[in-house]
Amino acid sequence: MKNIHQYITIIMLLVITAAFSLITPQFFSFQNFTNILIQGSSLAIVATGMTFVIITRGIDLSVGSTMFLAGVISGKMVVADTNLWLACLLILLIGILFGYINASLIYRFKVVPFIVTLATFYMGRGLGLFISETRAVNLPDVFLSIGTSRILGIPFPIAILFFVVLIAHLVLTQTAYGTRVYAVGNSVEKARKAGLPIRQVVLSAYIICGFLAALGGFVAIAQLGAISPSFGMNSELMAISAVVLGGTSLYGGQGNVFPGTLVGALTIQTLQNGLVMINANPYVYPIVTGLVIFTIVLMDSLKHRKNTRSLQTFP
Amino acid sequence: MFLEIQRVTKNFGDVSVLKDINLALKKGTILGLVGENGAGKSTLMNILGGIHQPSSGKIIFEDKSFTPTSPSDSLRAGISLVHQELNLFYNLSINENLHITGFPHKKVGGLSILDQKTARIKTERLLSAVGLDIDPTAIVGDLSSAQKQLVEIAKALSTSPRLIIFDEPKTSLTKYEADNLFRLIQELKSQQTTIIYISHNLDDVIQLGDQISVLRDGVLVNTYNREDKIGTSQLINDMIGRELNHFYPIRNTKPEEETIFQTNGIYAKGLLNDITFELKKKEVLGLYGLVGAGRSEMVRALYGLDALDGGSISWKNEEVLHPTPANWVRKKVALLTEDRGEDGLLPDDTMEKNIALASLPTYSKNPGSIVNWRELKKNILKTVQATKIKYHSLTDQSVKLLSGGNQQKVILSKWLLTEPELLIIDEPTRGIDIGAKYDIYDLINKLVENGMSVLMVSSEIEELIGMCDRILVMKQGTISNEFKKQDFNRSAILEAALHTSE
Repeated sequence: MKNIHQYITIIMLLVITAAFSLITPQFFSFQNFTNILIQGSSLAIVATGMTFVIITRGIDLSVGSTMFLAGVISGKMVVADTNLWLACLLILLIGILFGYINASLIYRFKVVPFIVTLATFYMGRGLGLFISETRAVNLPDVFLSIGTSRILGIPFPIAILFFVVLIAHLVLTQTAYGTRVYAVGNSVEKARKAGLPIRQVVLSAYIICGFLAALGGFVAIAQLGAISPSFGMNSELMAISAVVLGGTSLYGGQGNVFPGTLVGALTIQTLQNGLVMINANPYVYPIVTGLVIFTIVLMDSLKHRKNTRSLQTFP
Repeated sequence: MFLEIQRVTKNFGDVSVLKDINLALKKGTILGLVGENGAGKSTLMNILGGIHQPSSGKIIFEDKSFTPTSPSDSLRAGISLVHQELNLFYNLSINENLHITGFPHKKVGGLSILDQKTARIKTERLLSAVGLDIDPTAIVGDLSSAQKQLVEIAKALSTSPRLIIFDEPKTSLTKYEADNLFRLIQELKSQQTTIIYISHNLDDVIQLGDQISVLRDGVLVNTYNREDKIGTSQLINDMIGRELNHFYPIRNTKPEEETIFQTNGIYAKGLLNDITFELKKKEVLGLYGLVGAGRSEMVRALYGLDALDGGSISWKNEEVLHPTPANWVRKKVALLTEDRGEDGLLPDDTMEKNIALASLPTYSKNPGSIVNWRELKKNILKTVQATKIKYHSLTDQSVKLLSGGNQQKVILSKWLLTEPELLIIDEPTRGIDIGAKYDIYDLINKLVENGMSVLMVSSEIEELIGMCDRILVMKQGTISNEFKKQDFNRSAILEAALHTSE
């Protein structure tokens, strides 16, 4: 029964899909589903990284700023005629650096993840605005051509998404490292007593998160062709929502990328896409998204309460 | 010698929990380790397990100096621990728990991934060794207590250790499973594995131990060999030790007839069972029990910090329908929890703020109005003088800079300021020096003389005998015995709390 939560999200995704399909026939088409996947790929990639962090019982609020800052710096460099591939590499390096800074502060100085990443959230955004002088950075067409290219016949964003989800899924389920991520999320104290390398686990989780945030940012930029000053705003909240919708517990130690986070991200994207299609008032989007998240999180909380209760038994 | 502990001492802050321990163990033998709560058994075990480091002294393991700085050092050296508080990840499967420190790997196309099949075969072998017939992919959180305990034991075996330390390994096991465990221990011994077996069950220790050591207040008081044919009564004497001296101040009042607090059939699933007792006005009622007997759980539940599943509580002959901390404070019932750091103190704040905290409602008309600080400060000063706290500033010094004894006095002052009618106090003097202890006892007596009642939870029998009018003994979540003042006897109380079958 431990996966009932995931079924709930999958069922919800199917219900939402069915509902929109009934309201507007254009919704139910191969083309539109491909669109949803393409539009949702950036979010799903960022959320995949977030899943690692949340399983360790942490949180990373800085992913949106990471996306923005990494994009702005490399965008500026490309505009200044730096080699395109070097710029792409730089985006990812900035993501890794962000993750490293977050994890170091959290692990070394024992500051709670929420506060550490709240600080880097502001600093990243601020630095990005400073560098871009709060103007949009328009990128050369090569970026767009990457975004619209195909790998083995699959649109670039979808190919990257599938690759990321596949690797993340294998890491979490098929490696000793993955098992330790869950162990640390269950109890740092127990992990310490068991002699697990806690520092390595925490550090890597945030680095993976930063790296995937930057990669997700890159995938989005390659579709947009420009970086507006609001690029990446709210991405951290969307990513956290996707993770939680996918059944990963904010209490740590539970959850997965596949199907969990992938389904969570697609649910959010499908909602947005469907609401646009039926010409809903744009102000309604956040309300609907909020309601869906609230329902799912409520279930998580109830489940968690039941679990902790059953854990308290006599020695 | 296989293992030699030489003059090992361990201090936590000013408190020394192990003093000059010397112990030697031959390969392939079993050492039984006994002692009261807080005697230092777990600390000794944690030092061998690399969780704590000794303050001084030396350990020789397999003829080499052994200084583990982390649990993984000890594991690598060949030492496994079976923790009483099971060190299992409840969100993972049995298989994953057993291999968490070292999964077998295989190469697939150049990548190194987990070898699930090899892991599973090993898990099945280990589970059958401990007599557990269950699917290795079952999630540990879904298992029964006994199954969890067996998994913990299987995990200790998984690294093929040469020294295994068992800390109360059979508390949740049935007779059949326990017999199985003992067979396993004998088998390990015959394969030259050395074993340290820590338990309150003296019969078990006598049955298993080639050598039995008794710890008391951090000192190794005696070591016996199997040939000594030692009995449980001798061990109990060693565990208790010195005669009760006249260390406890005398109280000049006796409990009155009026019952002010009463519980009836208190029940919390898996924790507490049918707890019924009453408390008289001006009475000091003691509550004794071993770790895990449910003492702290009971007071927490009574005070509304944890949930109750049934039973009733009455205060001054009136049933308390909603026992929440806020309601109890209003009824002038105060609780001092055992964990000063977690529940009781704001370590970074000043003494004044800490002490004022619980009384703020009394000194302001309603939550929105201004606090009468003048009056409050005057009374804080009075209370602080009564508790004899050693400090240099009420308003400038954060309480974390005070010693443990003075911190405890700060918490006590905080509740005294609310002028409680009932004080529930959990481990009032844990980790506190003798002088401060006396002050606290003296203060409690004065308050009782002024009309207060006390429910005192403690793992120190002496303290309860010295202070209480009556002592309740808890065992496995229920009250198993009651001792009146004229029947106070340390051996009898300890025996009532132990699991001996005599």
